[in-house]
Amino acid sequence: MRGILVPAAGAAGFVALWWLAVLLRLADPVLLPSPLETFNDTAKSFTQGPLLHDLWRTVTRTVLSFLVACGIGVPLGLLLGAKESIYRAVEFVVDFFRSTPASALFPLFLILFGVGEGTKIAVAAFGAALVILFNAAYGVMNARRTRLLAARVMGASPLRVVFDVMLWEAMPQILVGMRSGVSLALVIVVVAEMFIGSTDGLGQRVIVAQSLFESGLMYGVIFVAGALGYLLNLTFLLLEKRFIHWAGK
Amino acid sequence: MNAITPREAALSVRGLRKAFAGVPVYDGFALDVKRGDILAIFGPNGCGKSTLINMAAGLLPADAGEILYDGRTVDEVRIGYVFQNYREALFPWRRAAENIRYPLRRMGLKRAEIERRLEALVADFRVRFDLNAYPYSLSGGQQQLVSIMRALAVEPEVLFLDEPFSALDYETTLSLRTLLQQVLKARKTTTILVSHDLEESIVLADRILMLTRRPTLVADDIAVELAWPREAATLSAPNFVAIKARCLDVFTRAVAGA
Ligand SMILES: Nc1ncnc2c1ncn2[C@@H]1O[C@H](COP(=O)(O)OP(=O)(O)OP(=O)(O)O)[C@@H](O)[C@H]1O
Ligand SMILES: [Mg+2]
Repeated sequence: MRGILVPAAGAAGFVALWWLAVLLRLADPVLLPSPLETFNDTAKSFTQGPLLHDLWRTVTRTVLSFLVACGIGVPLGLLLGAKESIYRAVEFVVDFFRSTPASALFPLFLILFGVGEGTKIAVAAFGAALVILFNAAYGVMNARRTRLLAARVMGASPLRVVFDVMLWEAMPQILVGMRSGVSLALVIVVVAEMFIGSTDGLGQRVIVAQSLFESGLMYGVIFVAGALGYLLNLTFLLLEKRFIHWAGK
Repeated sequence: MNAITPREAALSVRGLRKAFAGVPVYDGFALDVKRGDILAIFGPNGCGKSTLINMAAGLLPADAGEILYDGRTVDEVRIGYVFQNYREALFPWRRAAENIRYPLRRMGLKRAEIERRLEALVADFRVRFDLNAYPYSLSGGQQQLVSIMRALAVEPEVLFLDEPFSALDYETTLSLRTLLQQVLKARKTTTILVSHDLEESIVLADRILMLTRRPTLVADDIAVELAWPREAATLSAPNFVAIKARCLDVFTRAVAGA
């Protein structure tokens, strides 16, 4: 109970400060609507407007790019981690593109995939895949040597060692990679929805609300995007806790 | 050296060489281990005990020489290996019983045979804790027992144990030692035990190999002719005391004094 109470109090404090700022007229009401107005505008857009659809589109894009990223990042990371000499060779390239802002890659991906769904998913998947790959490779490289030797002594073939030991040894790190990967995918998807010919999605809705001076809705969409990111993160934290029961023991 | 005819040898090592970064650890080393014997290897830190059994187990390549199991290479025989650090040797994502079944699955045995072997081990080691538990929820002694069962499950031609008790407390060590000698003798498993404990080496072994500092040679090769099973009284038997004295003497002269 206390675990919920304290953060709830923090959130209530935040809303109270916001309300106070509105009452004291610290900013133009057009720029800073009250929490109640924000809530009402957002609820209305959910029930009568396009917000639910936007949320759904953003979630599907994020999940889709995350799945693509896992499909590429996990196997490739395992492979590179198992052959450390190869990883050392590509490490710089991986690190370089991992550090490159994904938004800078939009024009390139637009050329490759055209204006449409493909580009948004591809850029987000690309960014997330690198994070997942990097974590999977490190997980494998940090696998306990004794366990690999134990598997070998017990007659496991090199491929079995990968699936029976390395994958499991890397699992905690892979999940950490997935957690950062899914957050990154969301960030890229929202930005892509703003700037790469979109008609829906949370990113698009924020931009539209802003240009129409619907500031209540604009704040609301920002909070919805925030809640989505928070929930995705929380889901993976819970998954880690439940699934990686042996971690740290 | 005790004469062992080639037919009796479960393991023979000839002309073994191994160097790390140009510094030789083994420079022409030979060893024969008789089938069914328990051989204890005793030597100073860093003399190459682990290196020797790792090469024998095929975990580390030798620079030169041959290691044969009744004429076959290590890839052609089943061996068992118990690591010092059980925490890092067991698979924590598998339950204890699944850890023990793992090598049997790799051998492609039928399910019924796998269960038969598991039950035999449970009976032999008088296991009373829950094998459906995950390794991390077991005590250190229980975990090392699971490691030993996993290594013995394949019915190895040679079992290697690298300081298997060094991370356990004295009481646990004593009870595991007693169980292990019963099982190894009942199954007639050829065993090579690396130990830092002289008393333990004598109690568990048919033969003790005392090694020198690097480049490593055999300082002494002592037959331990004490009756099995060896019990608490064994520790005060005149024969035991004599062997221990001889080992200590060799150790101080050939090892520590060098
Ligand atoms: N991978 C390696 N690279 C370099 N040197 C090594 C390596 N493995 C072992 N050595 C060296 O070879 C020597 C023998 O090592 P080994 O681990 O076999 O000794 P040990 O007799 O098992 O010692 P301990 O009693 O400490 O377990 C040591 O001096 C060690 O430093
Ligand atoms: Mg050692």
